[in-house]
Amino acid sequence: MSSRLVNWFHFSSPATFYPLAGRLVPIFAVIAVILIAVGLYLSFFVAPTDYKQGEGYRIIFVHVPAAWMSMFIYLVMAFWAALGLIFNTRLSMMMAQALAPTGALFTFLALWTGAFWGKPMWGAWWVWDARLTSELILFFLYMGYIALQGAIDDTRRADRAGAILLLVGVVNIPIIYFSVKWWNTLHQGASVSLRGDVSMATTMLVTMLIMALGFWAYSIAVALKRVRCIILERERDAGWVGKLPEIRA
Amino acid sequence: MNWSEFWHMGGYALYVWASFGVTALLMIAEPLLVGGRCRNVRRRIARLRRLQQEENP
Repeated sequence: MSSRLVNWFHFSSPATFYPLAGRLVPIFAVIAVILIAVGLYLSFFVAPTDYKQGEGYRIIFVHVPAAWMSMFIYLVMAFWAALGLIFNTRLSMMMAQALAPTGALFTFLALWTGAFWGKPMWGAWWVWDARLTSELILFFLYMGYIALQGAIDDTRRADRAGAILLLVGVVNIPIIYFSVKWWNTLHQGASVSLRGDVSMATTMLVTMLIMALGFWAYSIAVALKRVRCIILERERDAGWVGKLPEIRA
Repeated sequence: MNWSEFWHMGGYALYVWASFGVTALLMIAEPLLVGGRCRNVRRRIARLRRLQQEENP
């Protein structure tokens, strides 16, 4: 590659991003399917039985990746929202909007799988523990963002209101992440910490990371697919949309 | 390990399969729903464009 600078604003135009996203969707979809297939195989046939929790611990292989994605997607949305507010780029706001349902989905799954893990291990589907409560608040933030965006007819106003909600809600992410340190929680501490401490066997860790990467590729594929619908909906009167083969046909 | 033992999950069958099952269900349903939405959007825009062309050719 030459030292020529890449003009990122080139891709911030919906007309150039739409076909690019279309090419990226199948690539990330294939990566997601392969990684999740390998991850599921490792989860059930390679990872050993836990000495304390027996086979029940295998829930970790969906629970932790889903919980990571629930927080990560929120941060990515907040990043796009900030970019959208600063540079007034329409596509950034569309990206934030496209990620929201997937983020809400993973938050729901983190709570759901957590309940089904908590019941046999703690004896309760739900406790008002700091980790669980802050994750529930994250779910409400996603729902609030989606509802707020849907409730305002003017797209630019909806984008701005949503972006501000997202940025205010970012405060919840460190609260979720550090809740197991700051408070005495029933929820166990971090499985993998930022300092690189790992409190589990290598096979289990590798399986969890592969599943997490699979969920990550899945999220990119679904969000890019969804952003394509959003671009078409918002740009339906633009000239380039009329020239698309899938519209003319 | 045979299959009935596998599905039994050492007594944790309900919890393990409810977790993996619902995760699989939602992660299969979401892409299908998004695909359907995109198809609808494309169809609607194509129809609108056709109508516009008929009105002012």
